[in-house]
Amino acid sequence: MKREQLVVEKIKQAVADAIEDSDDFRGEQTLFIKMNRLKKVCTLLRDDPALQYNFLSDVTADDLLPEFPRFAVNYHLYSIPHKHRLRLRVLVEDPEKGPQTVGDIWKVGTWLEMEVWDLMGVSFKGNNSLRRLFLPEDWQGHPLRKDYPLGYEEVQFSFNWQEVDAKKPYAKD
Amino acid sequence: MLTSGSDTIKELTVEELRAKVGTGMTIEDADEHMLLSMGPQHPSTHGVLRLLLELDGENIVNLAPDIGFLHTGVEKTMESKTYTKALVMTDRLDYLSPMSNNLGYILAVEKLLGVEATPRAQAIRVILCELARISSHLVWLATHALDLAAMSVFLYCFREREYILDVFEMVAGQRMMVSYFRPGGLWRDVPEEFEPAVRQFLDFFPAKIADYEALLKNNPIWLQRTKDVGYISAEDAVSWGLTGPSLRGSGVDWDIRKAQPYLGYDKYEFDVPLETDGDVYARYRCRMREFWESLRIIRQALDKLPSGPVNISDRKIVPPPRSELGHSMEAVIHHFKLWTEGFKAPTGYVYNSVESPRGEFGCYIRGDGSPNPARVHFRTPSYVNLASLPQMGKGVFVADLVAIIGSVDIVLGEIDR
Repeated sequence: MKREQLVVEKIKQAVADAIEDSDDFRGEQTLFIKMNRLKKVCTLLRDDPALQYNFLSDVTADDLLPEFPRFAVNYHLYSIPHKHRLRLRVLVEDPEKGPQTVGDIWKVGTWLEMEVWDLMGVSFKGNNSLRRLFLPEDWQGHPLRKDYPLGYEEVQFSFNWQEVDAKKPYAKD
Repeated sequence: MLTSGSDTIKELTVEELRAKVGTGMTIEDADEHMLLSMGPQHPSTHGVLRLLLELDGENIVNLAPDIGFLHTGVEKTMESKTYTKALVMTDRLDYLSPMSNNLGYILAVEKLLGVEATPRAQAIRVILCELARISSHLVWLATHALDLAAMSVFLYCFREREYILDVFEMVAGQRMMVSYFRPGGLWRDVPEEFEPAVRQFLDFFPAKIADYEALLKNNPIWLQRTKDVGYISAEDAVSWGLTGPSLRGSGVDWDIRKAQPYLGYDKYEFDVPLETDGDVYARYRCRMREFWESLRIIRQALDKLPSGPVNISDRKIVPPPRSELGHSMEAVIHHFKLWTEGFKAPTGYVYNSVESPRGEFGCYIRGDGSPNPARVHFRTPSYVNLASLPQMGKGVFVADLVAIIGSVDIVLGEIDR
């Protein structure tokens, strides 16, 4: 049996209703997993001797605005013994109530989820380390969201120095 | 713990303290232990990395990395550029091996488009990426040895790195920010002097490796500083997401060039250096042995460098050569469309990873049918490798932490992005 089918079969056996959809684009297998089944599926994928997805490469989020559900979180898994890659995609309706953390399945999960929360604002249940990682503590918003504009700094010249200076957010005497 | 404000002295709770230091680190004993900020301006953190240390005397009880001082929003910026223009952002991630970053991004774009580069372009890409690996490892060796007070290694390594940067300047016109690989091929073919220059490097470099080995391999001070320091087991290394030489130093045989070959790496004969000790010395040995493997790959690639075009013939992706613009209306149209609008990529998402000098460099791209990527994400090896630093650094002396940071080989440009 091909590895792509084997993964699907195994998941269907263990967690019957976990797979919502699947996708194959440019030879990459994507499984859409129900958000509340993610943890079970991940544990199975890591522990099953025929699968052994023991390496979590990456966790990254997509902002699909204006679609609903708006956010999608991708988990890129890799099986070092079987040399196979797999992508799990979880659609998230409410970023405040995101998927369960995978930090206790692959330790690096906590660290990767911190980046997703900081830049995309999708939270992970059970991850207690979510904080501003790249951005300052008091930063407002999550810059990788599609409704977050690309900012720019207005250039000050001698003729409009004060005019531009008045708009700048820093404290003045 | 007491802290002095402007006019009052206030006692902070552990929670307040944690919020104040901004890393969310678990502080075991706030009364007895000292909190020390190592960095962001510290010579041995290799850039603007800040480490928060909880110290019991000179022993590290807890540590947590604090990053983001170099954050420039690369991923967000790339969403507003065309696929070709966004390429220049990738050079600035890992500024010690821009070729590998270019490659990771370009292969992902080519995968999204469904095209493959010509055999000649692939071979040239292999040569340049292996040269980049050597030059990146040279900087690692230089700074790692400098951190542990071996000054002369630093000077020797930078001398040889200069030669490689000259080769990069010869092909790309730039020493570091090369942007040489383009979707569908290369910026242009390599000049005539390229091959003799690389062959000359292949001739003189083995003797230089012997020099570095003579300086460090059996040096008792070096052995004492690196052996049995910063141990991480194979199981932990995989779970913490370590990749590259840092993972292979723990005895896990995973090199993306072997496991999932790209650019025809399966056609070249080379070995993956493995060490099983999992300490700083093992990671050092891995990288040193990779010098030899890279030289082997370059020699084979040069020997059977195919002739032919370096760009695919699809004019919807690769701009026409300058000579055609004078007499072909089609060429002018393609030139104009490509440099004003860019090419449109199909809807879908791809993830492609390459073996950069530091480990797995992954690139996730989501295309939405427009000339700009809807989402670009980089899985940078330095960022993920940094996650295991607390694991390796707990219980060691502060001076050993310096050796551990050097052995993981991080570049802050690609951590903060």
